[in-house]
Amino acid sequence: MSQEILNLTCKQLRDSIAKGDVKSSDAVSAVFERIEKYDTRIGAFLSTFKTEALTQAGKVDEKIAKGQSVGALAGVPIAVKDNMCTTFGPTSCASKILENFHSPYNATVIEKLLAADAVIIGKTNLDEFAMGSSTENSGLKKTVNPWDKDRVPGGSSGGSAAAVAAQMCFAAMGSDTGGSIRQPASFCGVAGLKPTYGRVSRYGLVAYGSSLDQIGPLTKNIEDCALMLNVIAGHDEKDSTSVDETTAFLCDFLSGANKEVKDLKIAVVPQLFEGADEQVIQSIKDAIEVYKKLGAQIIEIQMPHFEYAIAAYYLIATAEASSNLARYDGVHYGHRTKNAGDYIEVYTKSRAEAFGTEVKRRIMLGTYALSSGYYDAYYLKALKVRNLIRGDFTAAFEKTDCIIMPTSPTTAFKIGEKTADPLQMYLADVYTIAANLAGIPAISIPCGFDKNNLPIGLQIIAPAFGEKKLLQIARMFESQTDFHKKNPQL
Amino acid sequence: MTDSDYKIIVGLEIHVQLATRTKMFCGCELAFAEDPNSRVCPTCLGLPGALPVMNAQAVEFAILTATALNCKIAEFTKWDRKSYYYPDLPKNYQISQYDLPIGSNGFIEIPLSDGQTKKIRILRVHLEEDAGKNVHTSGNFSQVDLNRAGTPLLEIVTEPDMNSAEEVRALAIELQRIVRFLGVSQADMQKGHMRFEPNVNLHIERGGSTSKTPITEVKNLNSFKALEKSVAFEAVRQFDEFLDTGICLQSGNKKTFGWDDVKEVTVLQREKEEAHDYRYFPDPDLVPVVVNEEWLERIKTKLCELPLKMQSRFISEYGLSDYDAGVLTTDKEMAKYFDDTVKTGADAKRVCNLITQTGIKIANEKGCGVAQLGIEPTRLAALAKITDDGKISATAAVTVFEKMLESKDSPDKIAQQLDLLQRSDEGELEKIVDEVITANAQAVEDVKSGGKKSKKAHGFLMGQVMQKSKGKANPQIVAKILGSKLGS
Repeated sequence: MSQEILNLTCKQLRDSIAKGDVKSSDAVSAVFERIEKYDTRIGAFLSTFKTEALTQAGKVDEKIAKGQSVGALAGVPIAVKDNMCTTFGPTSCASKILENFHSPYNATVIEKLLAADAVIIGKTNLDEFAMGSSTENSGLKKTVNPWDKDRVPGGSSGGSAAAVAAQMCFAAMGSDTGGSIRQPASFCGVAGLKPTYGRVSRYGLVAYGSSLDQIGPLTKNIEDCALMLNVIAGHDEKDSTSVDETTAFLCDFLSGANKEVKDLKIAVVPQLFEGADEQVIQSIKDAIEVYKKLGAQIIEIQMPHFEYAIAAYYLIATAEASSNLARYDGVHYGHRTKNAGDYIEVYTKSRAEAFGTEVKRRIMLGTYALSSGYYDAYYLKALKVRNLIRGDFTAAFEKTDCIIMPTSPTTAFKIGEKTADPLQMYLADVYTIAANLAGIPAISIPCGFDKNNLPIGLQIIAPAFGEKKLLQIARMFESQTDFHKKNPQL
Repeated sequence: MTDSDYKIIVGLEIHVQLATRTKMFCGCELAFAEDPNSRVCPTCLGLPGALPVMNAQAVEFAILTATALNCKIAEFTKWDRKSYYYPDLPKNYQISQYDLPIGSNGFIEIPLSDGQTKKIRILRVHLEEDAGKNVHTSGNFSQVDLNRAGTPLLEIVTEPDMNSAEEVRALAIELQRIVRFLGVSQADMQKGHMRFEPNVNLHIERGGSTSKTPITEVKNLNSFKALEKSVAFEAVRQFDEFLDTGICLQSGNKKTFGWDDVKEVTVLQREKEEAHDYRYFPDPDLVPVVVNEEWLERIKTKLCELPLKMQSRFISEYGLSDYDAGVLTTDKEMAKYFDDTVKTGADAKRVCNLITQTGIKIANEKGCGVAQLGIEPTRLAALAKITDDGKISATAAVTVFEKMLESKDSPDKIAQQLDLLQRSDEGELEKIVDEVITANAQAVEDVKSGGKKSKKAHGFLMGQVMQKSKGKANPQIVAKILGSKLGS
């Protein structure tokens, strides 16, 4: 029974619970059985809320028994990346500096999940403050890839991706600043959607690169992505950068998710196939064939400024990070050094003691980029590059409905393989970063396995607020393939 | 060398706390002297994940003020982060405006003691959030109160156009009147609603050439007195220092001083201007502000006649003294009350006296404004008229004024009820005068003698008549009768 439940998608589970065929409390128990059995090895969760989750599940079951109406995620066990504020459990960002921080408020996304009657079962591991591509930068825990425990789950939403892949939840929330939802989704063989910047409220998401950060779901399939987006999308008056409905008409992403896009045009960027693993390229080529069979027209385009995306990203994101992370100073909350002689030392020592190496590296990079005398050459220039990349996309979308490319140049790499060389690690984001710079939606879906049986991800990028069509295009591929149905042997 | 050998140059930076209902970027209500950290939320506490949302009212207040200060209003402006570490700054950056202030290139006209006015150029006007407060009580620690954190502040920066401590004070007072007239700030000095930071140096003429002394900035002054005295003190201190050392202004030798309110001296805080790098960059959490024509026009409808203009109108139209006009225009409601009363036809000087001598005193006792005493302009005008007509004395007018606070009867009727109407019946008064003349032969002699004692004796006789009439005799008529009887 419990494995049957675990094999359900969010949508299936929600409908079964709503019909009374499955009890939410059974789903929660099944998930915790799994967590208790496997998470000591996977390490996806930083904190879990079994008692609270069972209570919440009981409430949902009771509502249903009484015939009351229930929300779109009624009784569905969901995991949340530990950089979203919750009034329950710590909000650590996988950093020692916030290890014991408890938020007095819920992120808007959390409020929306709860309003949809979801059951939040725990908070997942990440690279400290979402800075990284392997979750190895977590200051608190190691997470491994469920497909191969010697390999990384990707990052920074590695805990969320691993939890979904290992069936320790039915869907998870991640955040994506330069690929942090899509790349771990790709490495763990699940679907991961980064919505348009402004589509989902950032209120309560602990900021890394504010102009790039966006919350999105990691799920078992496309339909679940649509369901989750339905729940979390929308204007929030607490987030000035969230778009109101006059700009982005809020649609039902779920209805018509199975509809095929007519006269579909898909663009590929030949220059981008250089540098990716052969097996990755082969899987993308196979995917192109699938679309061709469905009647799609494949066109080739140029993205002249794409190659500058990484450079621009690591200036803009780190500049914003250096400012966003200034508040973790040991004065008001979080880790405070025990060895301060004066208030300046409260700052310097607290930060030196509690931030990890990668966070320090990025704070220094960003501080440098914003410094007087360097601002124009670095930060301002990066903003100009960002505009050029936006222009590349605008030009491309005049000719095509979407662009496809790999999510990552490689499949999941070995733990420790790239930690010694930060630049190598940064280059792992080469395909994902541009969508963040342009603020447009992109999804990663499973499209194959390499010879080590490691998942490969197909990335589809669409114009701003084009999530509905993006999901339909992704679903077209999914309907023809079984990659998303495969589960790792734990 | 004498004072006249140097010229003092002062520019001023002023922070004005805006009287919005809520803070600059969150929904916390502004409050003074509440329990520490009781008016806070995730946003003004700078908690992880919290985001700022612009207070549109603060922006409107800023635009209104900048317009009144004759500034060019930015059509497009934005928010920038100014980074520095200090315990009262929860995010360790302050949201401010860097290269696109909401207003720029304006001027303010200030009144000078000789009745002239002077234009002081305004460099920029921008909005920012205030920090909290570090509280040092006792022991080896400090505490932080963040109630003030996030309060909207308007920063106004002038060009160095002021040339005396008096001018600096005049500007500060004029600005206080303006923001109060506009209703954008209570500008209560006691509550720190206005804080000043003058930049001072001297141009010293010697041997046909001009030497400039190093600029000093005096930080965080919160009274007009401290402002004026610190500038005056700096002028003398800099002059003495120059005579001592001969050091001139050069880049990097700006000093920062504090003001000791008790000793009334400036105190050196920082010798050399630190190479502060605030690492300004646009705040990605906020969207830019576009000030379109329609919005601007709507804001401009809230502009009103400014105090200095009103003051000179009171002088030119109503013949008031500069002093009286100045007192009346310290408060917009009072000025308007006066204006409205005079416009019903009452004598301006009489109304002015009623307001400034009686009204303000009563209003202060009641803790409200003169205009809020509940006496409509038409009724105040009526009181002025019966006083002017000699129906009641100026002293009686005060009593009637007080009674009018509780009675809706006309001033005339109130005077009757209180038996305050003056006797102007010449026949009746003549009888009293005759009695007094008969009873005071010596005084009558003194008046008639026209000598030294004449004036005093005349006053004595007047007093006797007033006493006999129980203060109700119309003094003008009594004087007339006395004059005709004694030939004085």
